Amino acid sequence: MKPDALLYPAPKGLYCEIGDFYIDPVQPVDRALITHGHSDHARAGHGQVLATRETLDIMRIRYGEGFCGTSQAVALGETIIVNGVEVRFHPAGHVLGSAQISVMAKGTRIVVSGDYKRRRDPTCLAFEPVPCDVFITEATFGLPVFHHPDDRAEMQKLLTSLKQFPERTHVVGAYALGKAQRVIALLREQGYDEPIYIHGALQKLCDYYRSEGIDLGEIRPATLAADDKQDFAGTVVIGPPAAFADRWARRFVDPLAIFASGWMMIRQRAKQRGVELPLVISDHCDWPELTQTIREIGPAQVWVTHGREEALVRWCELEGIAARPLHLVGYDDEGE
Amino acid sequence: MKAFAELLDRLVLTPQRNAKIRLLADYFVTASDPDRGYALAAIAGTLSLATVKPAMIRDLLLERMDEVLFRYSYDYVGDLAETVSLVWEPPSGVVPDDIPLGDAIEKLQTTGRADVRSVVRDMLDRLDTSARFAFLKLVTGGLRIGVSAKLAKQALAEMGGKDVTEIETLWHGLAPPYLPLFQWLTGQAERPVLSTPAVFHSVMLATPIGEGDLDGLDPKDFAAEWKWDGIRVQLANIGGTRRLYSRSGDEISGAFPDVLEAADFSGIIDGELLVGGTSRTNRATRTFSDLQQRLNRKTVSRKMLDEYPAFIRAYDVLFSGETDVRPEGFLARRAMLGDLMERASPQHFDLSPLVPFSSWEELDQLRSDPPDPVIEGVMLKRLDSPYTAGRAKGPWFKWKRAPYNVDAVLMYAQRGHGKRSSYYSDFTFGVWTEIDGKETLVPVGKAYFGFTDAELEILDRFVRDNTTERFGPVRAVRAEPDFGFVVEVAFEGLNRSTRHKSGVAMRFPRIARLRQDKLPHEADRLETLQAMIESKS
Repeated sequence: MKPDALLYPAPKGLYCEIGDFYIDPVQPVDRALITHGHSDHARAGHGQVLATRETLDIMRIRYGEGFCGTSQAVALGETIIVNGVEVRFHPAGHVLGSAQISVMAKGTRIVVSGDYKRRRDPTCLAFEPVPCDVFITEATFGLPVFHHPDDRAEMQKLLTSLKQFPERTHVVGAYALGKAQRVIALLREQGYDEPIYIHGALQKLCDYYRSEGIDLGEIRPATLAADDKQDFAGTVVIGPPAAFADRWARRFVDPLAIFASGWMMIRQRAKQRGVELPLVISDHCDWPELTQTIREIGPAQVWVTHGREEALVRWCELEGIAARPLHLVGYDDEGE
Repeated sequence: MKAFAELLDRLVLTPQRNAKIRLLADYFVTASDPDRGYALAAIAGTLSLATVKPAMIRDLLLERMDEVLFRYSYDYVGDLAETVSLVWEPPSGVVPDDIPLGDAIEKLQTTGRADVRSVVRDMLDRLDTSARFAFLKLVTGGLRIGVSAKLAKQALAEMGGKDVTEIETLWHGLAPPYLPLFQWLTGQAERPVLSTPAVFHSVMLATPIGEGDLDGLDPKDFAAEWKWDGIRVQLANIGGTRRLYSRSGDEISGAFPDVLEAADFSGIIDGELLVGGTSRTNRATRTFSDLQQRLNRKTVSRKMLDEYPAFIRAYDVLFSGETDVRPEGFLARRAMLGDLMERASPQHFDLSPLVPFSSWEELDQLRSDPPDPVIEGVMLKRLDSPYTAGRAKGPWFKWKRAPYNVDAVLMYAQRGHGKRSSYYSDFTFGVWTEIDGKETLVPVGKAYFGFTDAELEILDRFVRDNTTERFGPVRAVRAEPDFGFVVEVAFEGLNRSTRHKSGVAMRFPRIARLRQDKLPHEADRLETLQAMIESKS
């Protein structure tokens, strides 16, 4: 069958008419398949939700028990049939529980990547290439400028700065789900064994990661015991990026602003946010990974979504691969 | 080049002065020669390198990249050097290594025109992303990392445990890659001996008079002079070499050939550079705005020289002939200076007159109401004080005329840096004027100090609660005739400005007081500021 008939963009999100389900819908729907727990992909209020067990747990942590009508945990690699459509979840390497969703009917297979990366990540399973007719890829960092450096070298910058500026509080902005835990895990891998302090918004998700067997070392809440700013001098404090522009950050002595994100590749981005030490650590593919993934999977068609679609479509064109942008709305293509 | 590139990346994002100094000093300690000397030269602006045109860099890139993809990338990043550094992919098999900065610079300095293209391409292939960026900034000219030569010298002082004045004294006699300097700083050699003695010597600075500073001081121990509103300079003529320096040690000889040509006495003097007539020609001293016409020029036209004649009003003498007279007392030096000036060209030199006074009250009167509009206060100098570099408290004081004040309305705010990164602490304020028959606020300045921490809390809360628009890091706040925030702004002077929409620019504006008792429509008008400029010129 024609891939367009199997899956197409509708106002509420990517829709499979035969199976009557949406993938990562941006508005409440009867049946939703969710790739991962980031809030622009996993929203509350759907009737039935199918996702990995971890993604369901994360949604429950974020939205509470009643986040949907009914939920069904799908194991990776397991085949389930939804109104005659064959659905399978495969690891995406983005955050804990993240999956690509493969949708097949009448011999045509489409794989929706969700968000993904190809780098090693101690906090989640690695991306698994799945042969398909159409590969729907994200393009958050879909420009040739994005070449993410080795994350160990990036963490080393933080460790060097801790030695160079031992009197300052090293405040790291990192998204609450995935990035924060990855930064902590990477720091631990580099041998940093001091307690790491976290913003309250990270507590439940860090607890959850730990309950899933991911070693984060000693974590303490970044709250003031006494009115003593000296407490945080020379420590690492991690919080959601927005918190550091907020009054919350005033408790720290001489804060040194750090941000862990793929966007930190661009100097002006770092400058605009007042970041002193940018760490290029991304949970998305950079340009070489995006293009290599497409080459590796070798789909007949590539559909490109949230991000800089035009550059990746152009690249496919130059490579002789049929490609088009899929103008989906409602996703935060800046969130990283 | 890796370490240098990392240093640049950090410096450009580090707002705090002390943090910059530490980053620089740590780099100077760990980097080796001649790399660190070239790095110093690149930062301090003393490196001479034939520059490569941006068009060539672009061409090199398009040899191997699709033009459409390049355009998408460039549009996104906005800076050519940065775009190229990010998108550049070496041919397969070429693994980036680290080319020492010194090697790269020496290679470029010895490469002929015909080979530049291939040398640059080869370097781009061999460097990693961050080093590529540093390299491209170097070869296209202009690092723009927010570090002055002065800060770099401070870092050198820190590194070697020396006083920055010692570095200043040597600075102009040394050249990249500064090997003798680093050998001295690391204790491996004696202090370098200078070949040209007409170098800059750090100037003596005054401290402002604070509350109670004059209590217990006897007016009889001090001489007073007017503080003129020009720029402080040092003029050297030693062994036939003539040089003019700004007070920070930058050479500005090129902009003032008239003064240099007239300096036919031998020695080093300290004075105020002004335009207009000297007291000996009986023509008026002109304003700072007029002096600005002559500043920051590499060359100067005949017309400029005629319309804005420059001269030096001498304050002090450091060397008489080749003799260092700095250890002498103020009065003794002044006698020597008087002799020198007596014989110097009357159109280009005069002696700063002493202001007779017998009590602090009398001097306070004189200071508040000086006889010439180009005077910005008085200087007090201890009669027995030797000429010492830097700003020690005691021998010299400055007592400025009271600042100007206006009430202005807060218009925009921007988050600060470092300690203030969670506060809106950089404020743009405006005054009223009529535009197309409508009362409108026009921005007249920006200030980020003057307020107390408690006042900052108040300002920050106002900004957060009354934001009307956001432009990146900047917020616009409510500023209506009957709702908004009025601040009293103090400043040292006003200049005409073509850069600002209001046509005026303030010097050293700061927020003197919060005027929560006033409504925005009670704030001052642009006409008030314009009148202040008129009355001065």
